[in-house]
Amino acid sequence: MAEPFLMRALLAGLGLAVVAAPLGCFVVWRRMAYYGEAVAQAGLIGIAVGLALSVNLTASVLAVTLAVSLLLVALSRQQLVPFDALLGLLAHAALAIGVIAASLARGPQLDLMAFLFGDIFAVSASDLRWIYLGGTLALGALIYLWRPLLSLCVHEDLAAAEGTPVERVKLVFVLVLALVVAMAIKIVGVLLTIAFLIMPAAAARPLSETPEQMALFAAIFGSLSVGLGLFLSVSFDTPGGPSIVVVLAFIFLAAIFPAVVRGQR
Amino acid sequence: MAAGSPQGVPARPTLAGHAPAETWGPDQHHAHCEPEPHPAFAPADALFSARSVWLTRAGRAILQSVDIDIAEGEILTLIGPNGAGKTTLVRVLLGLEKPDRGTVVHKPGLIVGYVPQRFAVDRAIPLTVARFIELGRRVEDEDAGRALADVGADKLADRQLSELSGGELQRVVLARALVGSPGVLVLDEPARGIDFTGEAELYALIGRLRSERGFGVLLVSHDLHVVMAQSDRVICLNRHVCCSGVPRSVAQHPEYARLFGAQVARALALYQHHHDHRHDLAGEPQTPSGSASDQT
Repeated sequence: MAEPFLMRALLAGLGLAVVAAPLGCFVVWRRMAYYGEAVAQAGLIGIAVGLALSVNLTASVLAVTLAVSLLLVALSRQQLVPFDALLGLLAHAALAIGVIAASLARGPQLDLMAFLFGDIFAVSASDLRWIYLGGTLALGALIYLWRPLLSLCVHEDLAAAEGTPVERVKLVFVLVLALVVAMAIKIVGVLLTIAFLIMPAAAARPLSETPEQMALFAAIFGSLSVGLGLFLSVSFDTPGGPSIVVVLAFIFLAAIFPAVVRGQR
Repeated sequence: MAAGSPQGVPARPTLAGHAPAETWGPDQHHAHCEPEPHPAFAPADALFSARSVWLTRAGRAILQSVDIDIAEGEILTLIGPNGAGKTTLVRVLLGLEKPDRGTVVHKPGLIVGYVPQRFAVDRAIPLTVARFIELGRRVEDEDAGRALADVGADKLADRQLSELSGGELQRVVLARALVGSPGVLVLDEPARGIDFTGEAELYALIGRLRSERGFGVLLVSHDLHVVMAQSDRVICLNRHVCCSGVPRSVAQHPEYARLFGAQVARALALYQHHHDHRHDLAGEPQTPSGSASDQT
């Protein structure tokens, strides 16, 4: 059949697409796209740390994304600087620190592009294990938290008044997000990770009547874009991660088009 | 927020003899009304009890030594000008906000049905009405259907939440609060933005459900003077409890009945304020003894 590297790329992409679908829905519903972006860009610091210490990159990235998530939770307790400004600040500070740290760790010949946009064809068997282990954990947590998470997306105060442990659910959610972001960075890079999360969910919204349908359609669109993106990448020798994201962008445009024409609010 | 004018009260017909704007005015002194003596401990049948609740946010004292009890089966209407801390008090009672000082006690096992102020539907989440109701307390399917039927919204079950009109949405949120046999319903300004007819219908519905099921009701009203006729008690809050009493039925006043129609007039009542103190422009109470608190 196909080359082993291609099979690994496909398996990694499909595994990620299935986990990213429900998670991406919550990221969209909770308006956390830029939150995810900040966490993902901070992942570059994790890569630099991993290179400097010669440890498993996924592990070092995960450590940094978890740490940054908790830092953001702490920073959100103040209101003097709005949260979106804080996210913009942190995302780009992290990117700058990450680029400098990565070039110090590996010297100027470092292939920064592979970290910024991912290198899906370089996914190793060990990476695959990480993705499927972490993915199962993340998916399990999301299924377990589905109801309370959905309830607090719809109305946080109402959920809290009805007894949902809102703060605990939110904390677990940001940790799951950090986990999936850490896994996705290897495949689509720090700059495209959040696109891989929110684009399938956004494309699924116009077709969906229920939250579960939206997650399901997102999984289908994500998987479709992985297959088609990899095919295009191999056929036209284009970079893997960006090819997947371009396919997703076209799927989103096609899905949202009828609503735009109808002027549906 | 100046307490001198009833801000936020929508333009409503002012009737001779019941001029609402002046009743609240700082320069008017009514006969001293007996403040209800609050026992140091919550009465045994109280659903909610708050004692000496103080809350300060951003250097502004929002609640100052507030005592409040809601008895079983009682309809308690909470009124007060904008910025009086009504919503904050509700949030404290629901446990959504922690007071700086004071205690809030719920009757053990109390189930609270909550209708928050300004329920904004997030169009990003595809959600049917039935699903929205089931997201609250875990219920059997027929419970959700029954709750919708109770508020006359059973035809809406399969509609998307985002397609509902303001009035429909309000009924649906009320239906969610009714699920699971709550011991108390807490409604934060449910009549804001609807007309007198809608308000009267809503109050009649709440009153009927209370009679059938005997739950307590805490209703925050946006209007300082026109309240739900079935209120057993009205508490006027302006950071502290200003006064409390019973409303007078609007139906007794022929001019109201003429203006609103008998149906509406039956559901509404007038509340006469009896303040024994004034508020300065910062809203700080100035008690006759002159022990005004610090202005911030």
